[in-house]
Amino acid sequence: MSRAAHLKYDDFVTSGVMLIIPSNISSAMLEHVKADFPFECCGLLAGKGDAVSHIYRMSNTDKSKVTYLMDPAEQMRVFKEMRSLELELKAIYHSHPNHPAWPSRTDIELAYYPEAVYIIISINDSRETEVGSFRIINKEITVEDIDLQ
Amino acid sequence: MAVKVRIPTPLRGLTNGQGEVEAAGRTIGDMLVDLENRYPGIKERLCDEAGNLRRFVNIYVNEEDIRFKQGSDTALSDGDDVSIVPAIAGG
Repeated sequence: MSRAAHLKYDDFVTSGVMLIIPSNISSAMLEHVKADFPFECCGLLAGKGDAVSHIYRMSNTDKSKVTYLMDPAEQMRVFKEMRSLELELKAIYHSHPNHPAWPSRTDIELAYYPEAVYIIISINDSRETEVGSFRIINKEITVEDIDLQ
Repeated sequence: MAVKVRIPTPLRGLTNGQGEVEAAGRTIGDMLVDLENRYPGIKERLCDEAGNLRRFVNIYVNEEDIRFKQGSDTALSDGDDVSIVPAIAGG
């Protein structure tokens, strides 16, 4: 599925507003990354406005060190829960074991959620992590700062 | 059969910005043809040249993945909820 040419960065991002990820959620996300190392992990962050309030650890059905695919049934269940709680999808995170915190070609190709920040967490053999955050719209990457508390 | 179809954000440019539209069909395959008639260009975003659902597109009928039903032959009933949900994947 290719991206529609009408999608623009400005349609999804209000300048000056930064996504706030509270410490309990950022800790849970980094724990997930470490627990699944050396495989890629993936998950979703949801909330309202500029605040994240929920984390969903998702299953990587690829069970791979270089790719991820969220379990579609799990994804549907989580989307339904988010709708019932009136939460919005705020971010999609995944890890890059021993690779930089920057979108890969596959990440760009398969970025179908312009409404979400794509968070990439690099992790190395020493379990050191680095976080990158981006919008990927029309295959264009824009670095987007987040407030990781 | 008239059904409600949930449209994902990247395709809303084809549905005049609507996140939910109506479509008709006895099966998912019929419904995709009807959707294409109403919103030209949408089918090729969902299906390949052979008409098969693209790998990173999931379609659910009342929250059941059609890949675990009868695929594009999955039957529809009046009032069914159909969701088109892009996979979340990457490298």
